[in-house]
Amino acid sequence: MTDNNETNGAPSDEEGRAPKRVIGTPPPPPTHDLLPDDTGGAEGTGGYQLDEKKARAAERAAGAFFVLTFVAGIAFIVFYAVWPGHVGNINRATSSNYALGISLTLAFLGLAVGMTIWVRHLMTSKEIIQERHELSSPPEDRQVFNEYFQQGVQESGITQRRFLRRTLLLASAPLGLLPLVLLRDLGPLPEKKLRHTAWKNGTRLVVDGTGQPLKASDFNSPGGIITVVPEGAQNNLDDIAKAAVLLINLPPDQMKVKKGRENWHVGGIVAYSKICTHVGCPAALYEQTTHHILCPCHQSTFDALDSAKVIFGPAARPLPQLPIGVNSEGYLVATSDFHEPIGPSFWERGKSKV
Amino acid sequence: MSTATPPKAIDGTIGFADERFGTAGFLRGKMKKVFPDHWSFMLGEIALYSFIILLATGTFLTLWFKPSMGEVIYHGSYTKLDGVNMSEAYDSTLRISFDVRGGLLMRQIHHWAAVLFLASIMVHMLRVFFTGSYRKPREVNWLIGLGLFTLGILEGLFGYSLPDDLLSGTGLRITQGVMQSIPVVGTYIFYFAFGGGFPGHDFISRLYTVHVLLIPGILLALVGAHFMILWHQGHTQFSGKNRTEKNVIGKPFFPVFMIKAGAFFMFTFAVTALLGTFAQINPIWLFGPYTPDSITAGSQPDFYMGFLEGALRIMPNWETNLWGHTIPWNVLVPALLPLGLIMTGAALWPFIEQWATGDKKIHNLADRPRNAPFRTAVGMTAVTFYGMLWLAGGNDILADKFHVSLYATTWFFRGAVFVGPVIAYVVTKRLCVGLQRSDAAELHHGVEAGVITMLPSGEFVEMHQPVKEDAEAVLRGKQELPAIEDAGEDANGIPAPSSRGPLGKARKALNNAFTADDISIGNGHGNGHGNGHGEHPEAGTGDHKELSRG
Ligand code: HEM
Ligand code: FES
Repeated sequence: MTDNNETNGAPSDEEGRAPKRVIGTPPPPPTHDLLPDDTGGAEGTGGYQLDEKKARAAERAAGAFFVLTFVAGIAFIVFYAVWPGHVGNINRATSSNYALGISLTLAFLGLAVGMTIWVRHLMTSKEIIQERHELSSPPEDRQVFNEYFQQGVQESGITQRRFLRRTLLLASAPLGLLPLVLLRDLGPLPEKKLRHTAWKNGTRLVVDGTGQPLKASDFNSPGGIITVVPEGAQNNLDDIAKAAVLLINLPPDQMKVKKGRENWHVGGIVAYSKICTHVGCPAALYEQTTHHILCPCHQSTFDALDSAKVIFGPAARPLPQLPIGVNSEGYLVATSDFHEPIGPSFWERGKSKV
Repeated sequence: MSTATPPKAIDGTIGFADERFGTAGFLRGKMKKVFPDHWSFMLGEIALYSFIILLATGTFLTLWFKPSMGEVIYHGSYTKLDGVNMSEAYDSTLRISFDVRGGLLMRQIHHWAAVLFLASIMVHMLRVFFTGSYRKPREVNWLIGLGLFTLGILEGLFGYSLPDDLLSGTGLRITQGVMQSIPVVGTYIFYFAFGGGFPGHDFISRLYTVHVLLIPGILLALVGAHFMILWHQGHTQFSGKNRTEKNVIGKPFFPVFMIKAGAFFMFTFAVTALLGTFAQINPIWLFGPYTPDSITAGSQPDFYMGFLEGALRIMPNWETNLWGHTIPWNVLVPALLPLGLIMTGAALWPFIEQWATGDKKIHNLADRPRNAPFRTAVGMTAVTFYGMLWLAGGNDILADKFHVSLYATTWFFRGAVFVGPVIAYVVTKRLCVGLQRSDAAELHHGVEAGVITMLPSGEFVEMHQPVKEDAEAVLRGKQELPAIEDAGEDANGIPAPSSRGPLGKARKALNNAFTADDISIGNGHGNGHGNGHGEHPEAGTGDHKELSRG
């Protein structure tokens, strides 16, 4: 252990670092928790003495690093204040980041290295052995505390005066509830809002982003996929968060249409909720060859051919299907809202269909 | 220099303070307080310094960040998003990045410091666990540490949810989905937290208050308590020459530790600044603004959220539907169980250990992990469990790297999360026992000297020489855990474990687990703790001296 070698350094030196000064306290009173280190062995108990030559070299090195910090600090300020190329575009931001970051790093690094050299090579403090003090208080203290406590309780009368005690408890009960009551206006009650989306009978499907309504003929590439939202809700994130729909063009002959959903698709064009039934990420990936919909968050996989039923992953339920049709002008429209709540499960999910 | 009076300025200040607050008397005993030295003792320090860096850089960010979900059209320097609709939060984060000098640097330092904060807390916790430093009297600081870790994870999650970019919004969506699935109150919690439906208009500003005021305030108070308790109780030290339960050996706080700590702070700052300069983190401008129907593929959360992500990924899709109510185990179990298991286990552990071993003594010497095989093995079990979940959080990346199917990785981790910890337990225990054996052998036969001698018979043997004094002290620092005695035989005032009841049986079994695989280091083994029921800590000193041939 190098540290021990240091403590065994040569005896006292001209700089007057006598043992007492190293320990740094006046003659210790008997109870003091600092004990002089007398384990240093026969070589003497003096403080660690530096080899002055080496010490000078170390001092110069530490000093050089402090100068580095000085220079880097100035450089930072100059870069910040004088250099014109900080803001305006991504390239400037990048080079500004380098200029400021490098000078800041060097400034801290200079201090860090300089101080380390200082501690390692220039400090003469010896390793000391310190007795740990007892953590618990002496038994008398405990006893006196107990007495005072009992006495205080007696004097306060809280134990004898039952009515006082009980009304005090009673008084605090509603006070504890106040903070909770005050939180009521944080939000409206969920009520049935999680069961409905912005889709209604006749709502046109519009392309997410552009707001273009769609005709079945516009969407005729087999295997095509597009995200649509209800017309009028394009800019309402709350509506989109519930109503976003994946429109997929499937080969009708390969579809396994569920009973009762025969007229929910338009010649193989089906609409599934895009909100994953696991915890709500957009199930956005589609594999054309297998007709699988994959949610990138936790990899739930749904079979688009088979009512989007789950074929792998943590999602428990199929993506709800939106019944669609064509209106008199030939545009794709919803023929009703979803028939079940979309998105993640919740406690009241299966409750009466309203 | 050698006079006892410091320079006038210092003397004057001290005098001023002393006459009003009695400063000198208070500080006198503190200045020479000894801090033992070991690299692993710096881990907690890194956490402290990164926390300070977070406070400083975070305050800088608040000056420009606008915690609002109000919609604006972006017209800043990042031309690729010019004219795009986005929230004010995202807009202002873009502006911090591209239009405020040093803004990008501070953002990246803030984020790197958050990563470093949580990483160092984790490793620090492992150090404390595996060395048994959570034992009496340090149980409360262990609990505070667990609180800091948990709050730190939350704080980080909330922090990277603030900029309202596509990645952070996806994180929020998952958080919301989990909230909503909580039985009975889930939908209410969701509606109250978001002020209505998702994403609503309130959440970011609420999150902001929590991120910059509430949690930092609690963290600050906990950090303060953590360090005051540490200061008061003193730091643990590893056993070694002259080191006992009753003393502490090291350099004094003033000046050595103070400057060393300062240097270390500067190193931490330098490292975060270096990372903030060269290692891009969370390039929100590449993700675009959040919309609930878009997602960036292959997006990964910060590393400290990885285990939750992994748990969500590998959980089978179980759900119960009963009487119109849905209980989504596929969300609840992964969201609550892993963290709950690890944190509850960690919180109870010191008390379980005390109960099982009957060891109520003060411990100031840190154990070497090998000398507590059961604890070390249980720790590694938890680490492996966590590690498997964490890896599962990157299963898509693993599948891609190793060219296996995504589903295969999921199935692999579904098994590995159970099998891995068991293997870790067995292997760790074996390793500990092996290391203990070689320690004992070293003590008895010495170490190989590297000198080969030829015997008269022509045989070659390697010379052994006794272990060096320092090394021996380390080896002899091993403490043996006492087996609890059967009820009735206990004369030392420990609550007698009735070994017949189920609780008593459990205690005995646990006690066996703790004490099995304890390889004796031989003659004069232990250091007086062998039968230390309810014994006072003084026992350490005397015995230790004798053992270390002092
Ligand atoms: C343990 C403490 C903290 C952690 C772990 C933490 C973590 C984070 C993270 C990961 C981010 C995202 C940064 C990004 O954009 O990439 C963030 C953002 C932010 N943090 Fe903190 N933070 C902490 C404390 C604070 C404090 C104390 C403040 C203010 C007093 C603060 C203010 C902010 C602000 C204003 C932002 C948003 C601006 C932005 O994202 O650029 N943070 N935080
Ligand atoms: S949110 Fe889709 S798999 Fe988790």
